[in-house]
Amino acid sequence: MSFSQILLEALESLSSNKLRSGLTILGIIIGVAAVVAMLAVGQGASDSITGSINGIGTNVLFVFSGESAGPRMRNENVSRNITQLSLSDAEALNDDVAAPSIENVAPVIQGLVDASYQGVVSSTNAYGVTTSYAEVRSINIVEGDFISEEQYLGHASVVVIGPDLAESLFGQREGVVGETIRISNQPFRIIGITESKGGSSFTNEDNQAIIPMTTARDRILRRRDDVVDMIYVQSIDSESANLAADEMTQILQVEHKIPVGEDNDFTVYTQQDMLNTAAQITGILTVFLGGIAAISLLVGGIGIMNIMLVSVAERTREIGLRKALGATKKDILIQFLTESSFLSLLGGFFGIGLGWVISYAVGKIAEATGNPFYPTISISAILLATIFSGAIGIFFGIYPANRAAILQPVEALRND
Amino acid sequence: MADNVIVVEDLVKTYQMGDIEVNALRGLSLTIERGEVVAVMGPSGSGKSTLMNTLGCLDRPTSGRYFLDGKEVSDLSDDQLALIRNKKVGFIFQSFNLLPRATAIKNVELPLRYSGMREGRKQKAIDALISVGLGDRLDHRPFELSGGQQQRVAIARALVNDPAIIMADEPTGNLDSKVGQEIMELLLNLNKVSGTTLIIVTHDPKIASQCQRAIHIMDGVVDEEQS
Repeated sequence: MSFSQILLEALESLSSNKLRSGLTILGIIIGVAAVVAMLAVGQGASDSITGSINGIGTNVLFVFSGESAGPRMRNENVSRNITQLSLSDAEALNDDVAAPSIENVAPVIQGLVDASYQGVVSSTNAYGVTTSYAEVRSINIVEGDFISEEQYLGHASVVVIGPDLAESLFGQREGVVGETIRISNQPFRIIGITESKGGSSFTNEDNQAIIPMTTARDRILRRRDDVVDMIYVQSIDSESANLAADEMTQILQVEHKIPVGEDNDFTVYTQQDMLNTAAQITGILTVFLGGIAAISLLVGGIGIMNIMLVSVAERTREIGLRKALGATKKDILIQFLTESSFLSLLGGFFGIGLGWVISYAVGKIAEATGNPFYPTISISAILLATIFSGAIGIFFGIYPANRAAILQPVEALRND
Repeated sequence: MADNVIVVEDLVKTYQMGDIEVNALRGLSLTIERGEVVAVMGPSGSGKSTLMNTLGCLDRPTSGRYFLDGKEVSDLSDDQLALIRNKKVGFIFQSFNLLPRATAIKNVELPLRYSGMREGRKQKAIDALISVGLGDRLDHRPFELSGGQQQRVAIARALVNDPAIIMADEPTGNLDSKVGQEIMELLLNLNKVSGTTLIIVTHDPKIASQCQRAIHIMDGVVDEEQS
């Protein structure tokens, strides 16, 4: 028989029990949709995180206190006193002779605060920074100015805010320079608004309040002595990022008096390190989500096997007749495999559609809740889902189809 | 030797039913000439069905030899038997056994499809249906046809591949006597026109009396032959 006839016959047979075929397909639809949606969400999360890491600024490295995570964390040295990063560390890094690859240095203290304007309260990230922060982090000011040297030295109560924060406080993204808002109940005058970098779920740089570190230290984000939370470092170009990281490590080892062979009490991160870490995390996330989704696909496959077994039992007499009329084992095997693959593939196609809808919905929900990221359905995910659903149809169809094929015609015909 | 389409020698068939061995056929021999119309009769449990299954190549004998159309078929593989059934045997069942969702044409086409025929199937199926008097019911499905009409479709299906023998298992058993007689006349007429050998299993002496020969089976052997 030609392929089109086999397919046509499978279609006729499946359409004779539409409800049952439909429900079987539903199992595959849900499985494939789950896999497609989960892969899309994973991909979207990965893109979003990668985007926000890239958004940190080119050539940017940073260093913060504490050892890098790893097995060494668990040894006895964990409890030793570590030297916090400080402003003097930042100054030491900003040394053209010891660190020729470092262009600029920006120490930062940060914390979550409440900002308010006329009773409207919004939670935001406050950054206490020096004047070099704008350059290091590639922050552009669309309206007003960034913090000046005088304002920094004068402990001025001024703030540069992101457009999202402006919107939540004022209901508008511009035209608010000169207004006074309260941050942790202290009045601050808005002197500038940053350019939107596009929101991300990871670190939304459009919702932030940047204030002079001197002021922050006095009133908002208190720190012991001249301790800072982290230091951003800009290398002279992206090629010298690793060189800059080495220079930073050497300088800080000296500054923190770390004996040779001891673990560092700080961690230097390049943008590439972050991208690698993020890729690892999102990779695990995607595999995890995809794995859970694959279980539902497996259940869908078992559903197909179940229905095909019922179908074989129900059509024993038909199989006997076909064999009496000259159908070989192969003919019967192909007939039933075609039916199961067809069910599965059809479920696969609808599942891809549903998966797309779910991904779209997840994207919309994420956007509505203020953590926008964009689930991406890749061609490879669609291909994977199609091949996988076809394979499931064949794999779970083989057992029932074989049961049908090896039926002895005499016994099959006797069945009623 | 005359032109024998079926030669069976010393056929034995033993079933295992749990712990008990059932000897359905105990050394049965018979010959059937090409073009003959033969009735096979016998009470249930006589081995009649087993004989029919063996003659129809649906089942293999435990021992003994069976020549169908000059070819020994007693020790062929399943797929070889499927080919023999397709080319040499036409089946007519008591309960018609049509595919319920398929039209008359599709039902009649089925053996042609399994024989790998690609061109001209439909025309051949139509010709077969016309020859059984169903030229005006080509696209009807079984549930749109009367019992007699359904059996006619089954007859068309049995003869569409020009088989050497047609095996009819109680072909009139599910029909009232008038329609049954029509079917019987159709079968006899086809035999006359095309010379196809006809083997009819029946309980009905009236049917048997219309055949050229009646073979009575009893306890797994041929008990008596009447001509």
